[in-house]
Amino acid sequence: MAHGPTSTFKNPVVNWVDQRLPVFTMIQKEYGTFPTPRNFNYFWNFGAIAMVVLVVMILTGIFLAMHYTAHTSMAFASVERIMRDVNFGWLIRYIHMNGASMFFIAVYIHIFRGLYYGSYKKPRELLWILGVVIFLLMMATAFMGYVLPWGQMSFWGATVITNLFSAIPVVGGDIVTLLWGGFSVDNPTLNRFFALHYLLPFVIFAVVFLHVAALHVTGSNNPLGIEPKGPQDTVPFHPYYTVKDSFGITLFLIFWAAFVFFAPNFLGHPDNYIPANPLVTPAHIVPEWYFLPFYAILRAVTFNIGIPFTDIVLIEAKLGGVLLMFGAIAILFVLPWLDTSPVRSARFRPIYRIWIWVFVAAFAMLMYAGGKPAEQPYIAIGQLGTVLYFAFFLALPFIGWIEKPRPLPASISKPVLGGGPLASGVTAKPMEKA
Amino acid sequence: MAESTHMPGHGHGSGTHAGDEHNRRDFLYLAAGATGAVGAACAAWPFISSMNPAADTLALASIEVDLTPIQVGQAITVTWRGKPVFIRRRSEEEITAAKNVNMAELVDPQADEARATKPEWLVLVGVCTHLGCVPLGQKSTDNRGEFGGWFCPCHGSHYDTSGRIRKGPAPTNLAVPEYAFLTDTSIRIG
Repeated sequence: MAHGPTSTFKNPVVNWVDQRLPVFTMIQKEYGTFPTPRNFNYFWNFGAIAMVVLVVMILTGIFLAMHYTAHTSMAFASVERIMRDVNFGWLIRYIHMNGASMFFIAVYIHIFRGLYYGSYKKPRELLWILGVVIFLLMMATAFMGYVLPWGQMSFWGATVITNLFSAIPVVGGDIVTLLWGGFSVDNPTLNRFFALHYLLPFVIFAVVFLHVAALHVTGSNNPLGIEPKGPQDTVPFHPYYTVKDSFGITLFLIFWAAFVFFAPNFLGHPDNYIPANPLVTPAHIVPEWYFLPFYAILRAVTFNIGIPFTDIVLIEAKLGGVLLMFGAIAILFVLPWLDTSPVRSARFRPIYRIWIWVFVAAFAMLMYAGGKPAEQPYIAIGQLGTVLYFAFFLALPFIGWIEKPRPLPASISKPVLGGGPLASGVTAKPMEKA
Repeated sequence: MAESTHMPGHGHGSGTHAGDEHNRRDFLYLAAGATGAVGAACAAWPFISSMNPAADTLALASIEVDLTPIQVGQAITVTWRGKPVFIRRRSEEEITAAKNVNMAELVDPQADEARATKPEWLVLVGVCTHLGCVPLGQKSTDNRGEFGGWFCPCHGSHYDTSGRIRKGPAPTNLAVPEYAFLTDTSIRIG
């Protein structure tokens, strides 16, 4: 990568390798001495946590794939064999199953962190866009993974989601046939979903690499949202944040293990332990919890959109729901340009600081409504949540124009250490301004 | 922590202990490293274990074979743990030939009595001990090699009527699986 001067290491083997391929220099530069804002709070753990979850998911997934059979007549039984007969199969599957939820928990907190502290703003727009790409890939991977056990929810979830594409005018039906490889969700569908479910995590890994590479160009944002002004504002990544991340990761792993060992099916749906039956739809289909908000947006459009006072329909309800659902994610791509405020952190943005809770409330309402049957009052709650969700984003340009930000601190270290830019460490007169 | 009571003079002024003297930090590095290594091994254990035979695979690991239909001089092949098992009902001449071998001639010396609990019945894993091919000799029309037992066509190993290696590259005799007579005419292998 970098062709700059290499470091000298005590170990002669490391030195020999490093002069020919400077991986150790790179590790030391990017994860050793890498200057990192000194004021991270625990929200900044969730990138590393998500990374750990990804690695664990790939690892457990590879071992599950050694026992799984991607065939409609054998998939369900092969998963049950993993649960009952394969040594520690129950453990590996429960880690993987709950890991999907843990991944979304970590990533949702990570995204909230980015929203709250304005991490998406210049010069980190591309970093943010890569993150949204990862999020999309994750959703596709999680959806296809849920199909693999070939239970009732697997089958009907796959049927409903693939049928979304039938809403596309003119070519929708052909696209759905192409996705299925047949005339319904069937063995060809299961086979390709397995192939893609195995492939996509490695694609995610590659995009995560780019995400981290982009991060190391701009450096991290921080809770104050101001750039470090010198060495007094940063600490080396190691040992300060390797230790802090390890601590956060440990707590998160305990949380995850609690689910794996004490409530392994809490986040799942019991119907998925019924083998898929293409002739009987479960009474109440729900996606996994992490898709509920988007599912609610899909169902929020219960009316055709047409020219008023005529019978001309421009967008049918079905297509409207699909467009809004994809729009709910697509809008994240343009967020860096929707937000017109030059100030990053919500701490110094009196309106945005309150407004962001509208987004959280909308997300919670949608998650609640998405898990309920498609009837009143849940439809109304979902519709209100949908309006608030998009209102949050569409109001951002105006908030940026009318808001009067609070004054920003002169530097990261100043409010803490009290000193000017010359303060060089924790030893610098902590009592001066007390 | 325990080490602080044992090393009261160390720790705080670690700068004065520069050089090769051990200090509390070395202990912490070693303890943390050892904990990490044990943790990694514990985490790896279920994954490696999951690749070993599963419970249902093990449940199919023994089979019962009815010997009634086999006539003297006939041999049958059954599948056990995915491998062929040869069961040959030997004739008197074959038994005599197997018993009257000079042990000094054998590559892998073993008496016929040690290989067949009942002399009439010879039970062998039908996998050549050289590189795993299945030897010929189950049918009377097969090439049974120079010693009238089995002949491996892959690299030319000759086995006698006790399944012992007599000539060719194979290092050891054909293996005798673990088996027991349930009745006079049925056995359980495995």
